[in-house]
Amino acid sequence: MSAKAVAIPASSARSSLAPWLFLSPFLICFGVFTVYPLIQAVLLSTQTTFGPGATRFVGANNFVALFRDPLFWKACSNTLIYTLGSIFIQLPLALGLALLLESPNLRGRSWLRLVLFSPSMVGVVFAAMMFGLIFEKRTGLLNQLLHGTLGIVGIEWDLDFGWLQQHVMLGLIVASLWMYVGFNMTFFAAALQNVRKDLVEAAIVDGAGPVSRFWNVTVPAIRPVAGFVVLMSVIGSFQLFELPYIMFSSSAGPDNRALTIVLYLFQNGFEVGDLGYATAIGWALAVILVGCTMVQRLLARGEEASA
Amino acid sequence: MNLRFTRFTAWLFTRSLLLLAVLITFIPFLWLVAASFKSNEEFFRSTFLPMREGSWAVDWSRLTFDAYQRLFVEVDFGRGLINSIFLSSVTGVLATLCCAMGGYALARFNFKGRGFCTALVLAAVLIPGPLLLAPGYQLLYNLGLLDSFAGLILPAIAPAFGVFLFRQAVMSAVPTDLLEAARIDGAGEWRTFMVVVLPLVRPMIGTFLMITFLGVWNNFIGPQVVLQSPEKFPLSVAVAELKRGYYSDYGLQMAGTVVSILPVMILFLLMQKDFVSGLAAGAVKG
Repeated sequence: MSAKAVAIPASSARSSLAPWLFLSPFLICFGVFTVYPLIQAVLLSTQTTFGPGATRFVGANNFVALFRDPLFWKACSNTLIYTLGSIFIQLPLALGLALLLESPNLRGRSWLRLVLFSPSMVGVVFAAMMFGLIFEKRTGLLNQLLHGTLGIVGIEWDLDFGWLQQHVMLGLIVASLWMYVGFNMTFFAAALQNVRKDLVEAAIVDGAGPVSRFWNVTVPAIRPVAGFVVLMSVIGSFQLFELPYIMFSSSAGPDNRALTIVLYLFQNGFEVGDLGYATAIGWALAVILVGCTMVQRLLARGEEASA
Repeated sequence: MNLRFTRFTAWLFTRSLLLLAVLITFIPFLWLVAASFKSNEEFFRSTFLPMREGSWAVDWSRLTFDAYQRLFVEVDFGRGLINSIFLSSVTGVLATLCCAMGGYALARFNFKGRGFCTALVLAAVLIPGPLLLAPGYQLLYNLGLLDSFAGLILPAIAPAFGVFLFRQAVMSAVPTDLLEAARIDGAGEWRTFMVVVLPLVRPMIGTFLMITFLGVWNNFIGPQVVLQSPEKFPLSVAVAELKRGYYSDYGLQMAGTVVSILPVMILFLLMQKDFVSGLAAGAVKG
């Protein structure tokens, strides 16, 4: 922002080649590994391939087949359920934690922030391994804890209860809560610094209770960051792959109930070997995500204009 | 009296919820670590650590390093650890250097095409990674880079968002006058960059090194698609292989997961200060 205001002296002493040399690693890497594959993605989506070498032109057939493919729609609906789950469960929890961390005279605030943030450093693969073991029958933590605690009140919990067989989506959402609630909390915590203290005090003087203060003072102040966090969660959730793939041992879960869009892309491209169909799925994903980004930007712009 | 009571309730309420959050954060990992030291029959006898009969003392003698021993001797998991360290550090250093160079060029040079390059960087963020998975794989096949570390490192050495982050960092931390002064003193462009610019954006260098290191360490889909030889697998793929090949050996899977998570956690705790604040500040500004 400030750079545009600061005029950069166009001194003739500076070589006009220098900026290009500084940019060259990025430009070469971007050209070879992003722009070229992006162009190839257009071509590939009109082909059927058998591994990376053998291809056959099929025109728009991939997209026609995709629209009629019940597994693709299943993947879409699974991904959508997971995304809604992560937004409507995850983000309120994250905001709630951020608000709790704001409570007055709290000792160890920065330590708490650090601890709650730390699970997001654990890779999805490793978290998936861990939760796979936690949800395991008999040896898993969850069944053992339920067996132990419910046993006290005289309820016999079945140690062989198959969480991963019975509650596929629940398993995925619980694992993602563990990983990302603290991460999203960090953004809300930063946003809460934008809440104006004088407005809060004025509201207290006017006799507004905590609930009314939350909706009328806090929410408007954190709205821009909230929009950003929602968009990030949507983009991340729609690309869900490792969590189900690892948790369900390189499969899409029982009866494809853990099949997601990227998992379906992976299966088609690298298990079946049809890179063309995989790319068509990739385009469908890109359209959804760019669409979401546009909607969020329009909403944000509309709010700025009306504010 | 009434007010004091409400205050106490609020205090109790917030503290117990925060305690609960901390417990939920820690317990899965602590359980994993504890369980990785147990023998197969011990899994069924205790949930966390094995206890002595009728007391609250831990029976340390029933813990064993067996799983770790098998992990490093039989499965050669050390290889994965070395591969992960190599891939993450090399990619981290190269990406940080390339992104700092690119960001500096966009922030502090006036040249034809600057607007275009900046737009390119911003647009690149919109491209979802999975779309490039199949064509990228085909490209690496054509270049003969499949099943090589180069095939993993080269595509990752100049991510657009890194160029963007360094552009912001240079704009806010590197004064134009200082660059002019360096030039008047006769410093060349490269020297100016190394001696003047890089030290000034040091916090971003730390943050970005950490982001890239973690990103590569935790990346699964890349090495899973590109690599074929087991001796080249990083931890992410090696650990998934444990689940495939030793699906009923929970001890081995647990030990492998602990070995994969621990280095990252230690690194994070060492570098956390810059990292968390830098990340949050960047997000709010951007």
